[in-house]
Amino acid sequence: MKADIVSLRDRSLLRPAAVLAAILFVLILLPSFVETYQIQLVTYGLIAAIAALGFNLLLGYTGLLSFGHSAYFGIGAYAVALVVQHLGPHSMEFYLLVGIPVVAVMSALLGYICVRHTRIFFGILTLALSQVVYSLALKLYWVTGGSDGLRVPRPTLVLGLLSFSGGHGFQQFITSYYYYVLAIFVVAIIFMWVIVHSPFGKALQAIRDNEIRARFLGLRIRRFRWISFLISGTFTGLAGILWVPLNGLTTPDVLYWTFSGEIVFTTLLGGFRNFTGPIVGGIAFTYLRTYAVATTEYWQLLLGAVLVALVLLLPTGIVGALSKAGQRLSERNR
Amino acid sequence: MILLKTVNLRKQFGETRACDGINFVVNKGEFLSLVGSNGAGKTTLVNLISAHLQPDSGQILLEDRDITFTTVTERIKAGIARSFQIVNLFDGLSVFDNVALSIFSREGKAVKMASLAERDWDVRREALEVLGQFGLTSKAEVPAGGLAQGERKLLDVAVAYALRPRLLFLDEPTSGVSTHEKAQIMDTVSSVVRRGMVTAVVIEHDMDVVFRYSDRIVMMHEGSFLADGTPDEIRANKDVASILLGAPLTT
Repeated sequence: MKADIVSLRDRSLLRPAAVLAAILFVLILLPSFVETYQIQLVTYGLIAAIAALGFNLLLGYTGLLSFGHSAYFGIGAYAVALVVQHLGPHSMEFYLLVGIPVVAVMSALLGYICVRHTRIFFGILTLALSQVVYSLALKLYWVTGGSDGLRVPRPTLVLGLLSFSGGHGFQQFITSYYYYVLAIFVVAIIFMWVIVHSPFGKALQAIRDNEIRARFLGLRIRRFRWISFLISGTFTGLAGILWVPLNGLTTPDVLYWTFSGEIVFTTLLGGFRNFTGPIVGGIAFTYLRTYAVATTEYWQLLLGAVLVALVLLLPTGIVGALSKAGQRLSERNR
Repeated sequence: MILLKTVNLRKQFGETRACDGINFVVNKGEFLSLVGSNGAGKTTLVNLISAHLQPDSGQILLEDRDITFTTVTERIKAGIARSFQIVNLFDGLSVFDNVALSIFSREGKAVKMASLAERDWDVRREALEVLGQFGLTSKAEVPAGGLAQGERKLLDVAVAYALRPRLLFLDEPTSGVSTHEKAQIMDTVSSVVRRGMVTAVVIEHDMDVVFRYSDRIVMMHEGSFLADGTPDEIRANKDVASILLGAPLTT
């Protein structure tokens, strides 16, 4: 029996840790080599990656396609903006402390309704609820500022140790904030990696593959989907919280359904069948969108064409295609 | 000693009486075969007992405890597990994970999210032991979707067995595989089940298999029981022979 135990290859944690360390090394050195604008873009990319990582817990691991994840991103952003308006302290830690519980509670509430259904019915419910949140943000203008949105000034970082005012404030803020987001991004990745490799994560994948059989293992399907939704929404909400100080303003646009579409696009671009797909997608989409907007006024047309090409030619996304190519290469070298 | 009993169990689909007042008894420790032509009501009976369907009327008693209206989860906790006629696996997960998940679920560990699944040494040891019993050790890391049909049938049984049930229902564990593989699968399944002291109810069409492995055979026809006895008694039964006309009655 001892031999049997040995026979299962021990998946070493060394490889994923080494990959993470190598990428981290590059990202830490990045501000020394590129201009502020690029740093800002990469920060946006990391934030998009966190959002897509959360979204993919539902799509890739639980098998539920949400078309309303803009709601959780937007709720995170608006939670911060309302804290700024009414509670005062312009501290990033304070924003996180208030914002995360708010998105968690909202994800739990809306998720409880959505997971009563699956497939297209689930998708429609998520879409409908996000549009309700969007309309509220638009119509309750005395609270939310309506279509003008709410401004969010630069917060202090690390318990007020770093504050940014004056002439060089912007540049300093971007660089510091980049490291701030990077740190949270690393924690988020590790957190999510452990979840999808935990018994809970395996149970989610089992439910995705075969709901009936999962039920006959005694798993309470709906509860698993609900918890998955809660974590997913909170992750995407965290991205919203991190995004708003960088953008300086939140408008109802981030609650609109097209923004949910962008989160779906981001995830598909990187690939939803593997863990790293949404991370690569977050950075790739941010650059794609930025340069599409800069190149042509018909940028939406350009993005649409990319999406069509993606679905037809690279259904497994960038990471899926790369890993397939890598496999072929290693087979040839054998 | 009686493990499970149904009292006047009824289930009707439109005009069809799939189970027409079934009084079914399963004794502790036996290997029982449920036979009958297609549409006789065998799968419906198993669906009712495993809570996949709700009966129209009647009772299901597990050791005199009424479980008629309990949920699937409660019935699994009470010790009733099943496999499926059409293989039902988690194709994206490895063979190991398929079995490990049964154990996580049984132990109430499936909700744990702060630890890695493959680092739970107790579960890992047990999962590999079950895979060993079913001859699937060498496939542990293969995705379940990549197995051959015979292996898939075995894994399907292994996933149900890993729940450590007292009563295990197997819905056609050898359907869709070659005659040669049938014997292999039944040898494996019957030896694991007997060694594990699990009471098993098997739905099976192949009468050779049924006669060779069963302690007792129950025959259904149009929603009712037609015959109930040892393989020898069933072989001698004239009604059974007429129903099974065309199927060879020799072993």
